[in-house]
Amino acid sequence: MDLKNKNPRRDFLKTSALVTGGMMLSPFSIPGAYASGSDEIKIALIGCGGRGTGAAFQAFGTDQNIKLVAMADAFRDRLDDSYKALSSKIGTDKVVVTEDKKFVGFDAYKDAIAEADVVLLATPPGFRPIHFEEAIRQGKHVFMEKPVATDANGIRRVIAAAEQAKANRLNVVVGLQRRYQDNYIETIKRIEDGAIGDIVGGHVYWNGGGVWTRARTPEQTEMEYQMRNWYYFNWLCGDHITEQHVHNIDIANWIKGGYPVKAEGTGGRMVRTGLDTGEIFDHHTVRFTYADGTVIDSECRHFPGAFNKVDESFTGTKGRAYMNAGNVGKLTALDGSSLYDHDGKGNINPYQQEHNKLFAAIVKGEYLYEDATRSAMSTMTSILGRNATYSGKEISWDEAFNSKIDLMPEKFTWDAMPKVLPDDNGIYPHAIPGQTKVV
Amino acid sequence: MLLHKFVVSAIVAGSILFFNTNSSVYSEPFDPYTEEIPNTDLVFGMTPIAAGEFIMGSSSEEEGRKVDEGPQRKVAVDAFWMGTHEMTWDIFELFLNKNYEASVSQKALSPEVDGLTRPTTPYLDMTFGMGKEDKPAIGMTQYGAIQFCKWLYTKTGKFYRLPTEAEWEYAARAGASTAYFFGEDQTALADYAWFAENSEETTHKIGEKKPNPWGLYDIYGNVMEWTNDAYVPQYPEMTDVDENPQQTSEELYPRVIRGGSYVSEALDLRSSRRFASNPAWKQIDPQIPKSRWWFPEAPFLGLRVVRPLVRPTEEEIMAYYDQAPIDDY
Repeated sequence: MDLKNKNPRRDFLKTSALVTGGMMLSPFSIPGAYASGSDEIKIALIGCGGRGTGAAFQAFGTDQNIKLVAMADAFRDRLDDSYKALSSKIGTDKVVVTEDKKFVGFDAYKDAIAEADVVLLATPPGFRPIHFEEAIRQGKHVFMEKPVATDANGIRRVIAAAEQAKANRLNVVVGLQRRYQDNYIETIKRIEDGAIGDIVGGHVYWNGGGVWTRARTPEQTEMEYQMRNWYYFNWLCGDHITEQHVHNIDIANWIKGGYPVKAEGTGGRMVRTGLDTGEIFDHHTVRFTYADGTVIDSECRHFPGAFNKVDESFTGTKGRAYMNAGNVGKLTALDGSSLYDHDGKGNINPYQQEHNKLFAAIVKGEYLYEDATRSAMSTMTSILGRNATYSGKEISWDEAFNSKIDLMPEKFTWDAMPKVLPDDNGIYPHAIPGQTKVV
Repeated sequence: MLLHKFVVSAIVAGSILFFNTNSSVYSEPFDPYTEEIPNTDLVFGMTPIAAGEFIMGSSSEEEGRKVDEGPQRKVAVDAFWMGTHEMTWDIFELFLNKNYEASVSQKALSPEVDGLTRPTTPYLDMTFGMGKEDKPAIGMTQYGAIQFCKWLYTKTGKFYRLPTEAEWEYAARAGASTAYFFGEDQTALADYAWFAENSEETTHKIGEKKPNPWGLYDIYGNVMEWTNDAYVPQYPEMTDVDENPQQTSEELYPRVIRGGSYVSEALDLRSSRRFASNPAWKQIDPQIPKSRWWFPEAPFLGLRVVRPLVRPTEEEIMAYYDQAPIDDY
């Protein structure tokens, strides 16, 4: 039995109506990125938190002649901290961000993007579709962090912009860094070559203790509070199934060579009961069913004190696979004998590798990376999972993908109100399985 | 581009751990005891280690010896209690998460405990799937380990800190001058230690192996243990007894860890074997500045606390706990 041949999902992108509902982009400017004649690549950093600053360091860690020429963030203090770290460690000959190139506020991204050949997008994920569209509209190569959106509307926008990026040969690398990590690349290559037969089941996990909170301060508007605590609000974060677990879900999609057709699951809030825990769940368990009938179990949770694991394992018709971010990649035959055991020694840091590959391609004038659509589809898979746990119902891919529910605020100003607000006791409403509508 | 400084700055004569106090009145007997984490059912054991002298480092004849294990010199250490076991996640995790600590505790947290600086919650799973119950806490930085000691101090009122390198080696040797506390024969290691040959690449519950003669479990293997000291590649040449030595540094790297781990080979479990912290252990931390609390690539690194018999003054204690953290890019 060859299950692989039964799986039509490899052609999914060609056959499904991906761009339905996607916004029409304004006419494109000519890609001006990386004009020939100089080996200097000008970059702009959009989103100057710890991850954005890390991404900038990785850009400077490549072999290329990088100059950081502009920075943008909603918050001046975040931008200043990032500039200080970068300029003091990299030097002001490479970090050339004059005061007039430090852009602050919700619209800051537009001006910063205009200054650069390549942009790094690392704000909270809710803004990614808006920023990605603008970067592509302005003809820039892009590194952007995962996840790439927080709702289906955002996904459709990213996919539409990705089509334009492709048409204009703009390289796009997305920070699903397992795709750039040797143990995953080498192990999955062997799976695709048939080492453990066809994949018929699997488990992907992100079970950890939770993440940071930032206390509310009296002078903050509701918008500022949510922006500072972006992890706890769906329009900004997508819930932890999207923000973190997308990594593992993306591996399931990679292994299956496609995307699930439906999902059902259970989730809720067991320990996330305080005033500082926003609206997101603290656990999700989802069964994703793929077109060939394969079921992949997905589990993510934020329970302090509980057993943790973050990894991926799969069962094939001839063996099993196990992978994790600690450079482990093992293939085992059904009788338990080892088929492959990846040697992680000396493997390159995948966060660095993303940038090495992106900037090397750009400097050679090559068009090699079109991660955006694939990453949007994996982000969408995580949103499908969230839809399943929030609603408590079986949700099909098409229902989820075509949902018109838009989580984003009507407008972006500090005194504007996000759509989810706390009650009189300061408690935010959260989804109730069986009641909440998600599509 | 140099992102990390590997250079240890000039060694400052350290004095934060050993104090010229005149205190000679001990309020309690120098016996083993069980420390309880107040308002929980969690405990850890403390074993008295009498003051004494020993030869620190290894002789040039010792099999597997590295050049940084010398020159040998005579070292004297004052009396202290040492953790009978490596510190477990069960206890360390209370420190990690205030809400969790509050939910586990039978009483409300005191304002002092409530106000402590706590680690940022790690984005990754810092157990690496190896489990928590009765298993050693791993992957914390030296700063994180010291702040955990401060949390313990705030909870218990007792001055817990990391061992100096000299204290660690003295306690591990338990009076022996051989490569291991039980002699030279590596085949005995499996009775005392989890290491590459028997660990199956995972940490193990504390105390499953035999203790050393002074009653310390897993002093070799399972996880490496933090010391207080900066790493220097050579010990000082001394003719006199070196009393309570320790190395301080203005640099974040390298610092000394000891004892080998579940992934170490037998020769790396010797009492004199030294290891140095490495900035590469934060390579996959995607944030800048990198976490001051976590080494996402050091799942083999844990901690064991000590408590000096002579209690320093409150000022000296707080000076130890409140050393400013060093940014890591």
